[in-house]
Amino acid sequence: MTEPIALSNGRVYTETTVWSPPEKFVNDAPYQLAIISLDSGGRITARIEGDRVAINDLVEFVEYRNEIPYFRKKQ
Amino acid sequence: MRPVAVVGIGKTAFGAFPDRDLRSLAVEAIQNCLADAGASPGQVEAFYLGNFAGPSFAGQSHLAPYVAAAAGITGIPATRCEAACASSGAAFFQAVSSVAAGLYDVVLAAGVEKMTSQPTPRVAEILASAGDLGGEIKAGATFPALFAMIARRHMHEYGTTREHLAAVAVKNHDNGFLNPQAHMRKRITIEQALAGKPVAEPLTIYDCSLVSDGATAVLLVPLERVSDFAGKAVRVLGIAQASDRVALDEKDDITTFRAVKVSAEKAYRMAGVGPDDIQLAEVHDCFTIAEIVAIEDLGFCKKGEGGPYTADGCTLRTGSRPVNTSGGLKAKGHPVGATGIGQICDLVIQMRGEAGERQVPKAELALAQNLGGSGATSVVTILSAL
Repeated sequence: MTEPIALSNGRVYTETTVWSPPEKFVNDAPYQLAIISLDSGGRITARIEGDRVAINDLVEFVEYRNEIPYFRKKQ
Repeated sequence: MRPVAVVGIGKTAFGAFPDRDLRSLAVEAIQNCLADAGASPGQVEAFYLGNFAGPSFAGQSHLAPYVAAAAGITGIPATRCEAACASSGAAFFQAVSSVAAGLYDVVLAAGVEKMTSQPTPRVAEILASAGDLGGEIKAGATFPALFAMIARRHMHEYGTTREHLAAVAVKNHDNGFLNPQAHMRKRITIEQALAGKPVAEPLTIYDCSLVSDGATAVLLVPLERVSDFAGKAVRVLGIAQASDRVALDEKDDITTFRAVKVSAEKAYRMAGVGPDDIQLAEVHDCFTIAEIVAIEDLGFCKKGEGGPYTADGCTLRTGSRPVNTSGGLKAKGHPVGATGIGQICDLVIQMRGEAGERQVPKAELALAQNLGGSGATSVVTILSAL
């Protein structure tokens, strides 16, 4: 399966940390989710890896894993 | 268009009922409703059933005729309506529309959900199917997570606090404590609500509605025929349903539900009233933040002031405009497919003066707001005393 192309970097529009996950992500919890406003336009719901982020933090695209986009806080 | 009235209401208690199946719950609510209206199953000319996920929760499809036949009703159009947590709001909208249009005189609308037979992670997954499976849900969002992100943004833009959210929970638990049909009859304090186990930050278990079993039903007839029925009638003065995008990340502003604003404006216009005329309301508090956004979108207070408005006591039973005197989804329970018609039943109970210790002094003009998903469906209904 072809993974989608890379995403632009962006800014955190909103976020949450999920403690009560759905069945298939039971082993991932707690994990942070965010809606990212992409520099290229539009928004996407993504996972955050590494440090926790807050609204307005700048984030950079890491990669797709199992079709889920991952971002991390921009250093 | 003909004026429409509610002449019968029926509910089961809401709760966890391991010995009851979906059909027996729905039949109980229908029988209670027909008895209240003094009507027989043979008089029903059409049936709309609100149900979100019976096929997933219970494995049963083709639910409307399945339920209707068990209640002694056959030979009529029997249709299931699915609109996530607004499923029975949508069923009610269809039922009102068909009577108003003159298609039928006696129409039954019901709602049912049987949720507690599944473990919590499976319930979360079934509920999540009301979101966008291709995006937000694939990334790991649950409904608590979606509303948590709404809460975070509302806090960021308007200064809403966790204490404001907790004030919604404390109020609704206080009301549910007095409702004999509520799922959770327990008062809580602000401190307890703030110290709750996290579900999706900043929401704790005390910000989330309950996973419940339950069923609800109403009987609708043209206003000119209310004297043929026993139940004390209430008029449907205005009603509207509206849709929006399913995915939260496709909405421009997540601190407001556009479908709620659109349906509220249409319902107010049809009823010829405004927000200031509404004396009490049942709103869709699937999460505490949802009640705050709802009272803003309905025009009960200014945008961004839902938190302070709640903390100031305006929505208490003793406040200027009581909201969720039933206990709301938070304490009364949230069998999702039954919730929309449950709100109508709870308003009718108040408007008949039968709410016991929860009774509010002014209940002649009331509003119900039922939300599906993270705002992709909204049904707003305005009821008036005859």
